[in-house]
Amino acid sequence: MEYFVQQMINGITLGSIYGLIAIGYTMVFGIIGMVNFAHGDVFMLSTFIALIFLMALTQVLGLGSLAVALFVVLILGMLLTSLWAWVIERLAYRPLRGSFRLAPLISAIGMSIFLSNLVQVTQGPRNKPVPSILGEVITLSGGDTYPVTLSYKQIMIVVVTALLLVAFWYVVQRTSLGRAQRACEQDRRMAALLGVDVDRTISLTFVMGAALAAVAGLLFMTYYGVVNFNDGFVPGVKAFTAAVLGGIGSLPGAVLGGLLIGLIETLWSAYFSIDYKDVATFSILAITLVFLPSGLLGKPDVEKV
Amino acid sequence: MHASGPPLLTVEHLSMRFGGLIAVDDLSFSAGRGEITAIIGPNGAGKTTVFNCITGFYKPTSGRLLLSLGEAASAADIAALTATGRRSGATAAGAIFLLERMPDHEIAARARVARTFQNIRLFPGMTVLENLIVAQHNALMAASGWTVLGLFGARRYVEAEARAVERAKHWLDRVALTERADDPAGDLPYGAQRRLEIARAMCTEPALLCLDEPAAGLNPRESAELTDFLKSIQTEHGTSILLIEHDMSVVMGISDHVVVLEYGQKISDGPPDHVRNDPKVIAAYLGVEDEEVAEVEAEIAR
Amino acid sequence: MSTAMDAAATRPMATAKLAAALKDALGTALLTLGLAVPILALRTEQNISNELILQPRWGYVAIAVALAFSARFLYLVAPAAPARPRMLSLPRGFGRVLSAVLLMVLLLYPLIALALTGKAGAVKWIDNFGIQILIYIMLGWGLNIVVGLAGLLDLGYVAFYAVGAYAYALLATSDPVKSFMADWIGAGFWPLWAFWICLPVAGLMAAFWGILLGFPVLRLRGDYLAIVTLAFGEIIRLVLINWVPVTNGYAGVSGIPRPSFFGLPFNDSEGGFAAVFGLEFTPLYRTIFLFYLIVALALLTNWVTLRLRRLPIGRAWEALREDEIACRSLGINTTNTKLTAFAIGAGFGGFAGSFFAARQGFISPESFTFMESAVVLSIVVLGGMGSQLGVAIAAFVMIGGTEILRELDWLKRIFGPEFEPTQYRMLLFGLAMVLLMIWRPRGLIAFRAPSIFLRERRLVRAEMVKEGHG
Repeated sequence: MEYFVQQMINGITLGSIYGLIAIGYTMVFGIIGMVNFAHGDVFMLSTFIALIFLMALTQVLGLGSLAVALFVVLILGMLLTSLWAWVIERLAYRPLRGSFRLAPLISAIGMSIFLSNLVQVTQGPRNKPVPSILGEVITLSGGDTYPVTLSYKQIMIVVVTALLLVAFWYVVQRTSLGRAQRACEQDRRMAALLGVDVDRTISLTFVMGAALAAVAGLLFMTYYGVVNFNDGFVPGVKAFTAAVLGGIGSLPGAVLGGLLIGLIETLWSAYFSIDYKDVATFSILAITLVFLPSGLLGKPDVEKV
Repeated sequence: MHASGPPLLTVEHLSMRFGGLIAVDDLSFSAGRGEITAIIGPNGAGKTTVFNCITGFYKPTSGRLLLSLGEAASAADIAALTATGRRSGATAAGAIFLLERMPDHEIAARARVARTFQNIRLFPGMTVLENLIVAQHNALMAASGWTVLGLFGARRYVEAEARAVERAKHWLDRVALTERADDPAGDLPYGAQRRLEIARAMCTEPALLCLDEPAAGLNPRESAELTDFLKSIQTEHGTSILLIEHDMSVVMGISDHVVVLEYGQKISDGPPDHVRNDPKVIAAYLGVEDEEVAEVEAEIAR
Repeated sequence: MSTAMDAAATRPMATAKLAAALKDALGTALLTLGLAVPILALRTEQNISNELILQPRWGYVAIAVALAFSARFLYLVAPAAPARPRMLSLPRGFGRVLSAVLLMVLLLYPLIALALTGKAGAVKWIDNFGIQILIYIMLGWGLNIVVGLAGLLDLGYVAFYAVGAYAYALLATSDPVKSFMADWIGAGFWPLWAFWICLPVAGLMAAFWGILLGFPVLRLRGDYLAIVTLAFGEIIRLVLINWVPVTNGYAGVSGIPRPSFFGLPFNDSEGGFAAVFGLEFTPLYRTIFLFYLIVALALLTNWVTLRLRRLPIGRAWEALREDEIACRSLGINTTNTKLTAFAIGAGFGGFAGSFFAARQGFISPESFTFMESAVVLSIVVLGGMGSQLGVAIAAFVMIGGTEILRELDWLKRIFGPEFEPTQYRMLLFGLAMVLLMIWRPRGLIAFRAPSIFLRERRLVRAEMVKEGHG
C-alpha cells in the first residue's frame, strides 16, 4: 500500500511537469491548428538555460540563498525561453501561416531537429549532472516496509503547477488577451476584421506556452538532476499525448491529461515493466485518438456536409 | 403533372435529432418516379438535413427511407425486408433499398442516388474532365479487374476508359464546358462550377438526383438555363429529381410536386399551385402567424 | 528640372532608409545576443573531478551577433529582388526530357564513379551516395503515394521500412527456415537464394502490416492521423528494442545473407561471381550489383505509381485528397481507397527495408527512428506532393547534401582540427528544412500533371491542388 501511495505521489509530480508542457501544445493547436513539434525541444532548451543560470548564479557569482537563486533563474529562464519561442514563431511559422497545413509542420520538425542539434553542438552530447539542491524530504508514513516520502521538490512542482494553471485559466477566461485568443481560435479572419491584432495574439500564445515550458524545465532540472539534449522528443510526445487525452484546446484538459499520463507511466513502470512504459504511453495516445478523438474535456469537431 | 405509377422514394416518419435539437420531426412524403420534387422552406427548416439522411451522410434517428428501382415493390416485400434487418433486396421486378441502413457511398453506388452540395464540392485540383471520369469510378474499377488487369493495359479496360470519356464528353457538351475540359475545376467561374457538379452527378447514371440549392448565386439568365437543363434531364433520361431550392422561379417552373418544411415539420405537400396558395406556407415565409396572413396579403395588394 | 528635384528628394530618403536599416539590424543583433547568452555563451563541461563547470565562450557569441547584424543589414538594404515569375514556363515535354537524361546518368553512374575515383574511391561513392540516395528516393516515392497522392498524413512511415527490414533479416537468418531449406533443397541453397525469396515476402508483410495499421486509424482526420501514425512508428521501434528474444534488442540482427548474382555469391570462391565471369575478385562487384538492384526497385516503384495514377484507383486517391465527402457522394468507398494507398505505400517501404537489410548485413533499431519518417516526409513535401521527379530531386538534394558534408575535411583547415563537419550535419539539415519550406512551401515542382486530358495536357498550379485532410 505504501508503495502504491509513493508511486501515486511520484506520478502526480511527473504528471504536473507533463501538464505544464502540454498547455503549450494545446494553446498553440487551439489557436492556429498546428502541432508545434519544436515545443518539446524548447522545453529541453529551457532545462539547459535553467541549469546554466543556476550554475552561473551559485558558482560564479556565489549567490548564497537558494530561494533567491531559483527565483532569479525562473524569471530569467521564462524570459529567455519565451524569446526563443517568439523568434521561432516569427521566423519559421508566421511566413507559412496559410491554408497549406504541411509546410508549417515540416518547418516545425526542422526547427525541432535544429534545436536539439544546436544544443548538442554547443553544449556537448553527454548527460549533464545538476548540482544537487533541495534534497530534503518529508516522511509521511514511517512504515517499516516502505517509508513514503514527499520531497520538497515534489511539493514545489505540484504547487507551482496548480498556481500557474489557475493563473492561466484566469487569463484565458477573463482578460482581453484570453478573449482575443478564443476569438482567433474560432474564426481568425473575423477576429482580424473586428480589430483583434491576430499576429500579436498568436505570438503571445507561443510566448505563454514557452514560459510554462520554462517553468517545467526548471522543475524538471531540479527534480531529475540530469539534463541532456535528447530530452526534447520523448517528453514532448508524452506531453502532446497528454494534451490530446485531455482534449486538445482545453487548458484544464491538458493538465488533467498530463496527470493521467504521469500516473500511468509511473504505475506501469512500478507494477509491470519499465522497458515498455513508453509503449504504454504511445498506445494510450493511439487508442485515445481512435476512440475518443476529442479527448476527455474537449469538444467534438464536426465537419459540415 | 400527376405521379405516373408508384413512387421512387418513400420517406416515412423520418426524424433526426442532434442531442436535444430536433432537426426533422416525423416527416413523410414521397418522390414520384420520373418527377421533379422540390423541398422548400425557410432557412433552418431542416431541408439539407433531410438530404443528408436520404443520401446517407447522417444516420436518421428513426424512420424508413425506401427506394425502389425497377418496378414497384409490393408491400409484402417491403415488410419482409424491413424485418430481416438487411439493407436491400431484389424483388421480382427490381430492387428495393432501405436507405436508412446504408452508408453514403453505398447509397450512391448501389441505390443510384447522386447529389450535389450547398457549398460546391468539386475536385478543384483536378481538371474538368478528370472530375467527370472520377464519377465513373466504380464501373472503371470493375473493368480494370480491380486494377490488376488495368495495370497491364488489358483491352477491356482501355475500351471501358474510352467509353467513360465519351460519356464525359456528352455531358461536357450538355453543360457547354467542352472548351474547358482540360482546365482545373477550381479555375471555373461559379456558374460553370455549379453546372459541372450536376454533370458530374449525372455521370454516375443515377435514378434519383438530389440537388441542394442548385440555383444559389446564379443570376436570372443562369437560373433559366438551369431550369431548362433540369427539365431536359427529366425528359431525356427519365431521372427523378429531388430539389432543395429558394428560387421560386425554378421551383414553380419545373416542379411536379412540392413539399414545404418549417422547423423540421411538413406544413404542406402537393402540386406547385396548391402549395403556392396555401396560407400556412405563406405564413411561414412571411414570418407571421397563420391567422394574420389574409391581413398581410391585403396590405401587400396595393 | 524634375529629375534634379527627384535626386534631391531621394538622397535624404536613402539615408533615412539606411538609418532605419541600421536600427533594425541593431535590434536583430541584440535579439541574437539574447538568444545566444544561455546556450552559446556558457558551455557546461565536466572538469577533471567530474563536477560541472561553466566555460565561457564569448568569442562565439560575438561572431554570432556580428553575423546576425550584417546579415540583417544587408538583407534590408539590398535592392529588391525581381518578382518571381508565377510559373516557370518550361517548354513542353521538359520534364520528360529531364527525366530521360537523369535516367541515363543514373544508369551510367557506377562507371562514371569508377572512372573518376578508381576502384578504392568508387565503393564509397557508389554506396554512400548512389545507393543511399536511391533508397531514400524509393522511400520518398512510396510515401508519395500515401501523402502526395492520397493526402493521408503519415508520420510513421519508418514502421513499414522497419517491418520490411526485420522481416527479411529474421526470415533469412532464422534457423528453422535454414534447416528446412537445407533438408528440402540442399545446404547451399538458402544462403544464395534467401534474398530473392525474402524480398517479396518482406514487402508483402509490410503491406499486410499497412492494412492492419490502417484499418482503425484511417477514419481520423488530418493532424490526428499524423499523430497516430507517429505513435505507431514509435511503438514499433520500442517493441524492436525491447522484444529481445525475437529481435535481439539493441544488438540487432547480424549475419544477414547478402544478395547473390542469381545464385552466384559475391565472394572470392571458385563458384563466385568473379571466378565464373573470369574477373579478378573485388568487393566492388557486389556494390555495383546492389546499385543496379536498388535502381531497378526504385524504377519499379516509379512505374507502378505512374501507371496507378492513370487507373481508377490512382484517380480515386487524388480525388480523395481533394474532397473526401464528394468522393463518397459519387459511390467511392473511401475507406478501401485509403487502405489501398496505405498498403501499397507500405509495401514499397517494406521492399526498401529488405533491400536495406541485405545491403547492410546487419540491422538494429537505431536505424528506424522517427527521424527517418521525418526525413522521408520532408522529401515528399519538398519535392512537391505527387510529383515523382520532384521527390527524386528533393532526395538527391537533402541526402546528397548531408552525405557531402562528410567529405568536407578541408574545412578543418579553416576552422581548426577540432571542427567536425559531421556534427553539423543534422543541424544544417534541420535549418535547411525550415528555409526550404519558407522559400517553397508547395515544394520544388509546384504543379500537377493531369492523368487524362481531352485536347492537351495543361499543368495545374500547385495552389489549386488540395493537400488532403486524411
